[in-house]
Amino acid sequence: MSEAGPTGATHGDAAAPLLTADRVTRVYTLGRDNEVHALRGVSFVVDRGEHAAIVGSSGSGKSTLLNLLGALDRPTSGHVRYDGRDVRDMDDTELAQLRNGSIGFVFQSFQLLPRLSAVDNVILPLVYRPGTPRERRDRALAALEQVGLADRVTHRPGELSGGQQQRVAIARALVTEPALLLADEPTGNLDTRTGEEIMALLEQLHRDRGTALVVITHEMEIAERAERRIELRDGLIVNQAAA
Amino acid sequence: MSLRESVRVAMQALRANRLRSALTTLGVLIGVMSVVLLVAIGQGARSEITGAIEGLGSNLLFVLPGDGEFGAGPQRSSFEVEDVERIDRSLPGGEGRAAGSLVGAEAVQAEGNRFNATVFGITEHYLGVVDRTIARGQALSASDVATGRRVAVLGASSAETLFPGQDPIGRTISLGAIRYRVVGVLERVGTTAFGPDVDRQVLIPISAAQRLFGSSRVDSIFVRAESAVGIEADRDAARAALAERLEEDEFSVVSQDEIIGVVGDILQILTWTLAAIAGISLLVGGVGVSNIMLVSVSERTREIGLRKALGARTRDITRQFLFEAVALTGLGGVVGLGLGILAAEVVATFAPVPAEVTWWSIVLALGVSVGVGLVFGVLPARRAGQLDPVTALRHE
Repeated sequence: MSEAGPTGATHGDAAAPLLTADRVTRVYTLGRDNEVHALRGVSFVVDRGEHAAIVGSSGSGKSTLLNLLGALDRPTSGHVRYDGRDVRDMDDTELAQLRNGSIGFVFQSFQLLPRLSAVDNVILPLVYRPGTPRERRDRALAALEQVGLADRVTHRPGELSGGQQQRVAIARALVTEPALLLADEPTGNLDTRTGEEIMALLEQLHRDRGTALVVITHEMEIAERAERRIELRDGLIVNQAAA
Repeated sequence: MSLRESVRVAMQALRANRLRSALTTLGVLIGVMSVVLLVAIGQGARSEITGAIEGLGSNLLFVLPGDGEFGAGPQRSSFEVEDVERIDRSLPGGEGRAAGSLVGAEAVQAEGNRFNATVFGITEHYLGVVDRTIARGQALSASDVATGRRVAVLGASSAETLFPGQDPIGRTISLGAIRYRVVGVLERVGTTAFGPDVDRQVLIPISAAQRLFGSSRVDSIFVRAESAVGIEADRDAARAALAERLEEDEFSVVSQDEIIGVVGDILQILTWTLAAIAGISLLVGGVGVSNIMLVSVSERTREIGLRKALGARTRDITRQFLFEAVALTGLGGVVGLGLGILAAEVVATFAPVPAEVTWWSIVLALGVSVGVGLVFGVLPARRAGQLDPVTALRHE
């Protein structure tokens, strides 16, 4: 692993792993003398095309880790690197480009905009990159077809079942063709059967497109489907096991 | 995000909250409408009044008491009839171009009809100098003025009031206790919204007026220049003639254009004052926009967090909300402008006050409404842009 200099690594390094967490800590200051050490030094690597699960109970620091991996937050110390580039060195525009271009988010609560139709929800990340409305729509329709919702494109989230909503969210995540799908408890709001379908869909996309898939979950059954499990407890990795 | 996309997203959000958007816009709309309407009324008043001064006839010089300094109070006149004659004789190219007047108010009555008239004591060339014409009968003659004969010329309305449906020529009117014989009636001038109604005048020889009002003076002297070119020569001649008897600071000779300039300036200030007052309501509308945008930002915190997670820059979010604010105020500006113009038309049609919509009030109203959107939108928009995506996504 090459060490990025303070000003270096502005360009992606193809030889570097997709995602590196290097001695990452995150401390929240809630008040005077009240510091919460959510992460206490976490290091791991996610390779291109890999399927990894980050598993832990609530309070283990997995949500904090998700924010850091998603470039939504910066670590207190340590480094999160994408293609060898340190997130810490990126400005607002570069962070936005990273989230838009390299990461596809799938949230537990779907996070769809209720006033927009399914296809407009999928178009959302595309408006933050160049392109014509026509191209965006075509890409969004193709993504919806891939998740099996070709016949629901004009429906609003309120008119769709939970499983269908999560499919829209997955279409939104993959429409930018990211290198990494970052799924936060993707089945948490779904019944077992629908959850199973959603996991199958995510794994199929991972296999077919070679997209790396990182699932964050508290459910062992979900975690066990991954090629590799990273177990978190009290802000530390207690186990990194290949399945 | 492209500009076009920002506009589309902003419009989408406004449509999602139609009633709220409409009510917010209303504040700005009313502000813009008041600016356009009040400025139109101010401008209308200005052209009406300057028009009334121009109606006295072009190329007119006014000889007024005092040094003519703007802002000085009314001055006591030192002019006498003799000064009018001296000026008239001094003017190049013949006599009959200078006239004097002494103005007072007096109850006038005839055959049981009575009203309070503006009584003008005049010298013999007055009507010609101020461009009035006799409709019936005759004007006051030089001998009327010289002897102080008790004769009168009535304005058109005065004649109708005193002698409804009758010919006033040869009849008698009373001013106070003194009786005058009517020798002529003036052509109707028509009403103006401002200033005294010139058709309700009663004109008598200045010598008679001096007796009536117990004065030996002349209020104002008028000089009609033969052309715009001759006006400076006439002014110099009138100055020289008066300087023989009076001190420099006892009189001033001003042209009609100068008076229109001063009056126009005063009315322009009035117009700006009206615009500023209306501007306050525009400001209040702007505060309303700011308030609603803050509500909108806090309602859509999760949306902002999501957009950031999907690749929106701080700048994209700020711009989205700024566009929303500007769309609200801009829309209010356009509709308010339309209604303001409409209201000005209505006022011009039904009220004696004319209203003129000027191009600058349109530019001002639209510019200010968009400006208000920018200024009052910046705070909420910046707040939106700077939201932390992690907190925003978790927001309930």
